[in-house]
This record gives sequence, structure tokens and C-alpha cells, in this order.
Amino acid sequence: MKILVPVKRVLDANVAVRVKPDGTGVDLTNLRMSMNPFDEIAVEEAARLKEAGIVQTVTAVSIGPAQATDTLRAALAMGADDAILVKADGPVEPLAVAKILKALVETHQPDLVIMGKQAIDGDSGQVAQMLSALLGWPQATFASKVEMNGSIVRVTREVDGGLETIEMDLPAVISTDLRLNNPRRASLPSVMQAKKKPLEEIDAASLGVALEPTLRIASTLPPPGRKPGSRVESVSELIDKLKNEARVI
Amino acid sequence: MTTLILAEHDNAALLGATARAVLAALEIGAPIHVLVAGHNATGIAQSAAKLEGVEKVLLIDHESLAHGAPEPVSEAVVAVAAAYSHLGAPATTYGKSIMPRVAALLGVMQVSEITKVLSAHSFERPVYAGAAIETVEATADKIVFTVRASAFDAVGEGGSAPVETVEFTPTMRTSRFVGRESAGGGGPDLASAKIVVSGGRALGSAEQFNAIIQPLAEKLGAAIGASRAAVDAGYAPNDWQVGQTGKVVAPDLYIAVGISGAIQHLAGMKNSKVIVAIDKDPDAPIFAVADYGLVADIFEAVPELTKAL
Repeated sequence: MKILVPVKRVLDANVAVRVKPDGTGVDLTNLRMSMNPFDEIAVEEAARLKEAGIVQTVTAVSIGPAQATDTLRAALAMGADDAILVKADGPVEPLAVAKILKALVETHQPDLVIMGKQAIDGDSGQVAQMLSALLGWPQATFASKVEMNGSIVRVTREVDGGLETIEMDLPAVISTDLRLNNPRRASLPSVMQAKKKPLEEIDAASLGVALEPTLRIASTLPPPGRKPGSRVESVSELIDKLKNEARVI
Repeated sequence: MTTLILAEHDNAALLGATARAVLAALEIGAPIHVLVAGHNATGIAQSAAKLEGVEKVLLIDHESLAHGAPEPVSEAVVAVAAAYSHLGAPATTYGKSIMPRVAALLGVMQVSEITKVLSAHSFERPVYAGAAIETVEATADKIVFTVRASAFDAVGEGGSAPVETVEFTPTMRTSRFVGRESAGGGGPDLASAKIVVSGGRALGSAEQFNAIIQPLAEKLGAAIGASRAAVDAGYAPNDWQVGQTGKVVAPDLYIAVGISGAIQHLAGMKNSKVIVAIDKDPDAPIFAVADYGLVADIFEAVPELTKAL
């Protein structure tokens, strides 16, 4: 059995986001970039399925600039067997990402694609669903538990109001939620080993997918700030303010 | 131009996020139709017909749609899509699972989680967990979008639109429903409550979370939320989580108890109208967004507050 795990290189979750003063986007210059945290969860889940003997091959794929090689090496250090870098320099929209992944699925024939439910930069949350629709494969978004049973996968999903359990026949697409697992920190020997694992580079243009964005980002601005609040000294002062100043209770 | 809104329901009742998505659709300025895709869902279609501003309700009734499986529901939306310039749904786990599929099947991008409608082709949406707001212009002849429900009020219920039934047969491979476990609680719905009381890691245990947070929430008729740290520690169930990866809420009053205010949490509540923070650490980042901050021991201050209300 084979798993394909798409991973995205994003601004590290612990770095403060600064919007460029001219409104053209978020400043990424010289800032620490890392694997999208939800994608780390996907790599971890794939690695565990391999360690459990259920899966033979885990292939990581990233679409992005040459530096996304670092993200792929991180996935290889966590347990992926090989990696593909689809080189693209500008921003690639979720629909184009899904089309690129579809092309890779057709050539690599995985049984399962597992990826993060959203990337923490664009917060779009579209790629897994789009890929599932384009392939005509069933989907399980927001997975908090994945159980493989032969050619059937049972997934528990985090939905509004509780948890939902569904089953899918493979091949299928899964997107990961926060509580699926706690991704490992790769050990030094696995980081060294990862440098020797195969990493193939292909050009996005060679897959015949249009990369030109279709949505225009007219501006990117900081959110409106809240006016400064005040400290209250006691519970009775708080109740007084809520009743007579804010008038919300 | 006509806008289609996919109704969110649990096959028993129309859910409140639908009325909020309809308000966003009103701001687009085109006539609005609502699609109800379900099984034995006539009652839901009748509820949708009462939403103000809705001109017509389409009902697609098929057993494959009974549990809201995204594969047949998205196919049902695409089956009627030809007549529409705009197709939207609330950005709930239901809408988020379905609408990107609709967009891909129509060959267009989705504009995710809009928080403001600037024109029929221009929308605001938060990125980077709300640390930046993008203005997005969509020029395709079909615009697919999801609506962050907390950013819009709900339309009223004075309408009486006609309901039209549409035939549908699914063709795509689909996931199969096995079961659903509700988190319960019985209180108001977190995403639409007027008051939310949220607890954080400082509560120390599930028992203390319940003992401190629940009486205050009950007294105020509030929904209960939690920080990611409190959920990860097992003090509160998953779907109480407020934040970038949980629920985004914007109630009239948000009371944060023992929550330090990590950026992921702030992303989920900072658009609340009035924010109260109670925590013993005077340097906690939550105080930077709070309208009223009380530096105090939560185990004394919160029961005192509950008692005094």
C-alpha cells in the first residue's frame, strides 16, 4: 500500500506575522519557514501506518520554490521514503495545487492521500476536498482517528457538535485535524538518513496545469485594532461596568 | 445574477448558520435561492422558505443525502449550478467539506470564509489566523464562497418563498456514515450564542472546569467555550474549542477565564463585542484585547461573580 502526503512550506507558527506597510502581502523576508503544522500531523500518521506494517511506501510531495526541499527533507526525516518537489516560484492557488496532485496521483497510484486540513498561511482549507472531487475518490475531512482495515478505512471526524465516524473504500483522501496525533521530532540519525533518501524534482509547468492565480488579492491589511480596555479592581466593579457601561448583561 | 445558498441542517432542523449566510448573500445584491439537500427534508425546506430575502427554495431529496455526505451533496449543488452566478454556504464543518468540491467540479477557486461583502465580486477574508485581512476579487463567471457565520447577523423569518423539488441521482463514489457522537451539554450553540464563557488551562482539571465555568454559564444563559490548551488537557470536549482551528465566535459578551490568550485563541474570539478577561497573571496577552480585565484568582473571583449576578 502507498500513501501520498502533500506538505506545504509556510511561515513558522511561532513567528509574529507582519503585514507589509504597502498592503501587498505578509512580509516573509528572512523569517523562519517550517512545514505547515497540519501537514506534520499527516506525515506522522503516514509514518505510523508504515511502522505498523500496513503501508509500504510513503511519498511526500511539496509544491513551491527550491527552498521547499527543506520541508521535504523534514518529512523524509519523520519517516517518508521518498519525496517529490514540484517547482513553482509564485503563489499557487488551492485549485492548481489539487490539479497538480491529481496528476501525481495518476502517475504514482497511491491508495491514500493524507494532508493537513488547512495551511496556516492562507487558511483556505480547500485542497483535500478539491482533490477528492477531481479524482472522484471519497473524502474524510478533519480526521481525529484513522483505522485501516484491508481496503476499508474508518475515520472519526471532528465536526460541529461532536464527532462523526465514516467509512471509505480505498483509494480515498483524508485531511487531518489537530488531535489525530502528536508529530514526532525527528532524531539526528533520521535527519542524516533523510539526506540520502531519493528526492525527485519536476517542473510544475511539465504537468500541464495553469499556475496563473485566478483570484486577485487587491490588498492585505492588518486587522482593525481594538480600542484599549481598562482594568477593573473587583468583581463588583466588573458587574457595574458590564451593566451600566457596556450594557451587555 | 442569482445567488444560491446551500442550507445547513442536521436532517431534523435548519441550522442557524444558514440565516447568517443568507444575510451575506443579501449584501451581494442578487436574488437569493436556498438549496436544501437531504432526505425526508420537506420540513427543513419549509423553514428555509421563511427566511427573509429568499425568493425560492430548491429541495433535493435523496437517501444518499441523509447524513450530509459531502460527495453526493456537492454533486447535488453542481446539478443545479448552471442557473447561478454565486454559490455559497456557511463555513461550518458541513460547508467547508462540501463547497471546495463544488468549486473544483465547476473549475473555479473558492473564496473561503468571507467576513465582509464589498461588492458582488469583492470580499474580505482573514488569513494567517486573522493577523491579516485580504481583499479578494473574483472575476470568474461562477463565484463559490463560504461565509464566516460569526461575521454576519441572521436574517429574520418573515418570508414565504415557494419550494421547488429537483430530481437527482448521485454517481460519485462516496464515504459511508457509521455514527455520530454528540458532545452534548444542552446549552446554547457556541457559534451563535450571545454570551460565551470560556475556560483555559488554569482551571487545572475537568472537575474544576465544570465547577467554575458551568455555574457562571448557566447564570448568564451562555454557551461554554475552551482554549486549545484546556481541550488538549482533557478538561473540555473538542468541539468547545475556540480559536483558529476550532470555532470562531463573535458574541456580544465573551468572558475568558484562566486563558492566557495565545494568538490561535485570539483568532477565534477577538471580534466579540465586549471581552472580559479574568486571570491571575497581569501580563497575560488576553488582557491586551480585553475591554475589562480583572487580575484575580479565578477560583475566588468567578464564584463571586456567579453569586453576585
